[in-house]
Amino acid sequence: MSVRNEGRKPKSSEKTTKKSKHSLYDSSVTTTRGWIFKIVLLGIIDAIAVFAAFMLFAQHQWIPLALEVLAVALLNWVYLKRGSLPAKYLAPGVIFLIAFQISVLIFSFFTAFTNYSSAHNGSIEFATTAIKDANFATGDNAKSYHVSWVKNSKGQPAELLSTQELKLDSSGQPVLDPNTGEALFSYTDILLGEQGKYIQAIDRKTVIWQKTGANCAAIGADCGFAVSIPGFTPFDATALPSSQTNKLYALKFWEDSSKSGFINLAGGLDSAVESTAIYRIDNPGGDYSKVTLTKIADPTMVYKPSVDGYYRLAGEAKGEKASETGWEVFVGTKNLATIFGDQKLREPLLKIISWTIIFAVMSVLTTFIVGLAIALLFDDERMRGKKIYRSIMILPYAFPGFLSAYVWKGLFNQKYGFINTVILGQTNGAVDMQAALNNTPWLVDGTMAKIAVLLVNLWLGFPYMFLITTGALQAIPAELTESATIDGATPSQILRLIKMPLLLVSLAPLLISSFAFNFNNFSIIYLLTGGGPTNTATGYDAGETDILITFVYKIAFSTGTGRDYGLASAFSILIFLVVGSMSLISFRRTKFLEDIN
Amino acid sequence: MSTVENAVTPMRVIKKKRRSFAKWAVTTGWKHLIGLGLVVYAIFPILYIISVSVTPGTHVEDANNLFSNGFSIDAYVALFNDPNRPFARWFLNSVVVGLVTSTLSVFICSLAAYAFSRLRFRGRRGGLMTLILIQMYPSLLGLVAIYGILSNIGRVFPPLGLDSLIGLIMVYLGGSLGGGTYLMYGFFNTVPKEIDEAAALDGASHARIFFTIILRLVSPILAVQMLLSFIGIISDYVLPSILMSKPENLTFAVGLQMFIGDPYTKDWSSFCAGAVLVATPVVALFMYLQRYIVSGLMGGAVKG
Repeated sequence: MSVRNEGRKPKSSEKTTKKSKHSLYDSSVTTTRGWIFKIVLLGIIDAIAVFAAFMLFAQHQWIPLALEVLAVALLNWVYLKRGSLPAKYLAPGVIFLIAFQISVLIFSFFTAFTNYSSAHNGSIEFATTAIKDANFATGDNAKSYHVSWVKNSKGQPAELLSTQELKLDSSGQPVLDPNTGEALFSYTDILLGEQGKYIQAIDRKTVIWQKTGANCAAIGADCGFAVSIPGFTPFDATALPSSQTNKLYALKFWEDSSKSGFINLAGGLDSAVESTAIYRIDNPGGDYSKVTLTKIADPTMVYKPSVDGYYRLAGEAKGEKASETGWEVFVGTKNLATIFGDQKLREPLLKIISWTIIFAVMSVLTTFIVGLAIALLFDDERMRGKKIYRSIMILPYAFPGFLSAYVWKGLFNQKYGFINTVILGQTNGAVDMQAALNNTPWLVDGTMAKIAVLLVNLWLGFPYMFLITTGALQAIPAELTESATIDGATPSQILRLIKMPLLLVSLAPLLISSFAFNFNNFSIIYLLTGGGPTNTATGYDAGETDILITFVYKIAFSTGTGRDYGLASAFSILIFLVVGSMSLISFRRTKFLEDIN
Repeated sequence: MSTVENAVTPMRVIKKKRRSFAKWAVTTGWKHLIGLGLVVYAIFPILYIISVSVTPGTHVEDANNLFSNGFSIDAYVALFNDPNRPFARWFLNSVVVGLVTSTLSVFICSLAAYAFSRLRFRGRRGGLMTLILIQMYPSLLGLVAIYGILSNIGRVFPPLGLDSLIGLIMVYLGGSLGGGTYLMYGFFNTVPKEIDEAAALDGASHARIFFTIILRLVSPILAVQMLLSFIGIISDYVLPSILMSKPENLTFAVGLQMFIGDPYTKDWSSFCAGAVLVATPVVALFMYLQRYIVSGLMGGAVKG
């Protein structure tokens, strides 16, 4: 590579100015050991990169390939050329930052202006195929088949289909078994459904039969159903785990290239039925903006793509939908309009925002007050055993947070929980279920759930506040309090006029970041109450204890109300703006940034 | 040192007068009373977990009479004998992911922090501000994008994609850099620049200054940072629950939830036994490093 040569000859003017800027760290004493280490490490990375490049090349992923080559070339250039020290130290971090955070931000920003959701989660091509696959009808006279599962030489599953047809006599009447009086079947057609191929008829003479039923004897040699044919090996589909049988259930074998009739499993793994598609797809020239869906049963019903990402009758904005499956389109500021203008959303949203602020403020306040009180209590030289106290009180903080949330959920259980049945002495649900329903409704009633959440967060957070206030208290110079005492200040005056102001100054940034942390404290709410008790009357899954982030998480990932990634992304960008500007202002005010300049 | 202390102690003993009980109660006794109350408050949920884990039967209400309904370690034994819920494997996964991520992220963050703290370059201020801002994005809501990125990587390079521990580690690394770098930057600034200058005069290269001087001087804080990020990662539930699917790839935060996730087959004993096993080493480490943790917290570190 050409960049390797550059390392040898230092560039003229630009180089020297840079060098003088941070000459301290640029002393060119490079050890051979360090150099070898660098080359080996770069070599390993390059080897992996070349391998990945081949993989990308083989899969025709041109844009990722270009990005990968560019990134690796840049990396080599940064580390092989002399100078550009900051880039050398920043490169590893920047790579991960771009790959997993900045790209996510950009993605979310774009998604915020789309209708990306569970109903619109792909391209129009994808949606069209999905609609065709999902919309089919099975007529009254549809043929049904017995299915035997076989594998081809590549191990792909295929269906061996045996039609069940009544055996008819010359006048068209069913032939009955002379002994039992049952209608006899004749298995006339054997079909093979293979992936990626249309259904083909199989020569009956090559089939291995499974003879079943008493009536077989009456029919003759080709009775029963097909279990295998040459070139395929049978397998027992019922013995597979559900993850694999689900794939088998999804298989569909088209009868011919018109793709209107197909055979799919019905009822179980051993029976299939012939179905017909409801829509015919006309796709002139492969241009999906001109694609139409026509009802096969009623050719006057023609559906076209509409601007909101659905197939609608005649493509009109309010026309009837062909299907609830749509595709992703840009919707402009629709999501923002929903957030700021939707009447149904307004009430739950305002409630959630106010509770989010109350929750964050109260969490900081309660934990800080308790932590401060304990710190002041223990700020006493005469007191012994402080270390033991501190070690025990640090426990809630040291204990993994998700476990605490689950445990408190159990403790607060209305009918069986420790708090109700033991501490408050109420009825245990195991003893008297009916009476236990009158227990304190922690986590069941909205207000009580809010109190419970705050109590748990107090338990989780007070040790942290205790630790940091103790640290800040110890950092206050003893001379200050001593000289105040000599000047005649009472202990309460010292606390109020000297210690508190100093404490607040040094703790303000931590209190602010604690506020920001609680503002987005997802896990405690999600694991303790799930945002509940829930109220879905408005069509949004908004619970009494939902804070903004859990609410938005539910918009994006809750299965109950449909996953609306577009709306959630718009929310996340707004939250980002609010929290970001809040912290910017706070950083400014606490002069945190002064030393950056 | 020790000889001096020994010389002083007898003096102290002689000087110290035995205070009367009444006086003790007024000055510090009441504080111990409150302290005891706080100890109970802090410790009872934890005692409760231990109690449930050793109480026979799987019903949580049996454990309400703390430790008095018999004792059995069946739940602990069962944890290691359930092939569908390979607890030992989850434990290993969590520890591996936690250790690798916290080590790498602290290392990568300190590299970047060194550049921000010691070098002067164009875009330095802007870069720092960007880092602070980016970490404000609620990464939880980027899950859709992260899922998409990983599934795309996995299509080309399966060992780095979905349902892979390396993929999970990479995502964590991406997420930890913003805040971590900024914290480290603060710590690095507390190391006087004169030390670097002296070393440079003696002919040390930038790499030598970084690895053998600065990193060594801030190592206690790095350890705290690692511990906190380790705890944050092994406690994380959401990301692994979405990215990982095979039972043998779960972390214990996701795996343990399986014991109590299904309302019909809740197994609190196993859950609590698992919780005790998970929490013990973490709490032990925390206790051991207490002194450093307080200083780390003062620097602004927050447990995730």
